[in-house]
Amino acid sequence: MLNRPVYLDNAAATRLDERILEAMRPYFFDIYAVATSEFGYSQGIEAREALDGAREALAATLGAAPEEFIFTSGSTESSNVALKGVALALGKKKGKHVIVSKIEDFPVLNSARALEKQGFQVTYLDVDSDGFVDLDKLRESITNETILVSIQHANQEIGTIQDIKNIGLICREKGVLFHTDATHTFTRVPLDVKKIPVDLITVSAHTIHGPKGTGGLYIRKGTSLAKWVDGGFQEFDLRAGLENIPGAVGFAKAVELVTTQETEQIQLVRDHVISRILAEIPDTVLNGHRWKRLPQNANISFHFIEGESITLHLDMHGFAVSTGSACFSRSLEGSHVIFGIGGDHERAHGSIRFTFGRYNTIEDTNALVNTLAEVVRELRSISPLGKEKKE
Amino acid sequence: MRFPYSETVLEHFRHPRNVGKIENADGKAIEGSPACGDMVSVYINVDPKTNTISDVKFESYGCASNIATGSIITELAKGKTLDEAKKITWKEASEALGGLPKIKAHCSVLAVEGLRSAVENYEERHGLVKDRKPTTVETVRRRLKKVMNPMAGLDLVRTNLVRDINIKNGTVRVVIDLPPDHQFASAIKEEITEKIEPLWDVKEVVVEFTE
Repeated sequence: MLNRPVYLDNAAATRLDERILEAMRPYFFDIYAVATSEFGYSQGIEAREALDGAREALAATLGAAPEEFIFTSGSTESSNVALKGVALALGKKKGKHVIVSKIEDFPVLNSARALEKQGFQVTYLDVDSDGFVDLDKLRESITNETILVSIQHANQEIGTIQDIKNIGLICREKGVLFHTDATHTFTRVPLDVKKIPVDLITVSAHTIHGPKGTGGLYIRKGTSLAKWVDGGFQEFDLRAGLENIPGAVGFAKAVELVTTQETEQIQLVRDHVISRILAEIPDTVLNGHRWKRLPQNANISFHFIEGESITLHLDMHGFAVSTGSACFSRSLEGSHVIFGIGGDHERAHGSIRFTFGRYNTIEDTNALVNTLAEVVRELRSISPLGKEKKE
Repeated sequence: MRFPYSETVLEHFRHPRNVGKIENADGKAIEGSPACGDMVSVYINVDPKTNTISDVKFESYGCASNIATGSIITELAKGKTLDEAKKITWKEASEALGGLPKIKAHCSVLAVEGLRSAVENYEERHGLVKDRKPTTVETVRRRLKKVMNPMAGLDLVRTNLVRDINIKNGTVRVVIDLPPDHQFASAIKEEITEKIEPLWDVKEVVVEFTE
């Protein structure tokens, strides 16, 4: 029996795991005080302990000390704080140049654009056809004015995993801070700050079956970062605002529930989908590197047809996926990631992203590929493109 | 289940009518391109005695609204005279579909234009067209009426986004009243260029935005 609907857009959001909800529940009904009340009443102490415990667990996952990890409202805020916080702290002192890759997710990309409006210079690094940043180009781009390099751990759409270790080493050698957006790799791809020289890391709970609206930012001890959200003294006086204790507890529980075994299982399902689609549906191409990619991500372009039509047909059959088509986006522009790897409009419009999670099974994905083959055939039969070849 | 489209749109999307090519069609047109995201081919056969459309077919590379509009336009056009067919508007097609989301106007207007162009193609091939006239501000304005403002579901001219048009030595300069970093700036720019560039005496199209 098929578990409908089959949700394959786990990079956008995930189903909350009930065990996480149970872990969070007491912090809604019994211990609903905030940690800043610890000197007022005992509930405050319990809240403080819960927050500290969650922080310690999350920091440990990255090999960091608890005081190097702050909670935020999600990865968008984390990346905004990283870029704008460093710019505010170092812009006047050291320089006004920032480097990002062209295929960053919007929180980094649009924070960089916002800094440009404030008089900063931004270098948008090209990537190759798999999505990799060229390390020599990165090295050449760093000047005396450079204060920050922000290059993602893995890409949100095509899944390509960057060589952040060597990127970090270059930044360290040049004395420049390095931020990485690890929204999609956190707990699925190892990242230990003792081994990889990175100064700021964006993470989020929503990609690992945790609650929405909860994220975090790792800040290496000694990193210059100005306070971006003003108010009280919460989060080591780096990020003001009422502590989201249920969120923090849920985030820690989400991390605890991810296992290497599970990630391997997800990767198996993902590999199965990629090989079946490429083998069974003609005129398809995988976007991103074949194996240096997120274990939960597949992204395939279907020639001669448009992605929103594919997603709508799949939705009618009970499968939820996402596309890089302009028709799907809020700006009516095709995926900047597919353009970034040298793809043309047609490749962007026909790209479908499948992202897998805890609740997807091999049976589900077999049903997906069968349905997909039908949908693609139907849409191609009404498309004016690609006909010459077959006739 | 919930879908962002009306029942009629979904019905035409799932089961598009009159799909395919007409070999040696009396009139045909292709609107759009893979680059602009959507593309529609329209083929018509004409009964020369009555000047009515006796057969019409379409093909679509596009999203749901593009496919559904292509389908409905063939139903609306069949049996109509050439002049009636040319006068079918996007609004009529959209109403026949039970409404389309505003942001989808630009994908669906292509099918309406495809039909109009197929009729014009027939007229050209049968010696029914006026002479080539030089491009004027009015010609450009007329074409801009086919570029949709995704915020309103109406064209750029009607929503007062066209601040200025000038033509000099084959260069058409259009000034749009939006900031250059607006959400839709680059999509609008691409569509304007696509509409103006094919004019026979236009060498270059420059789209500028206001600060």
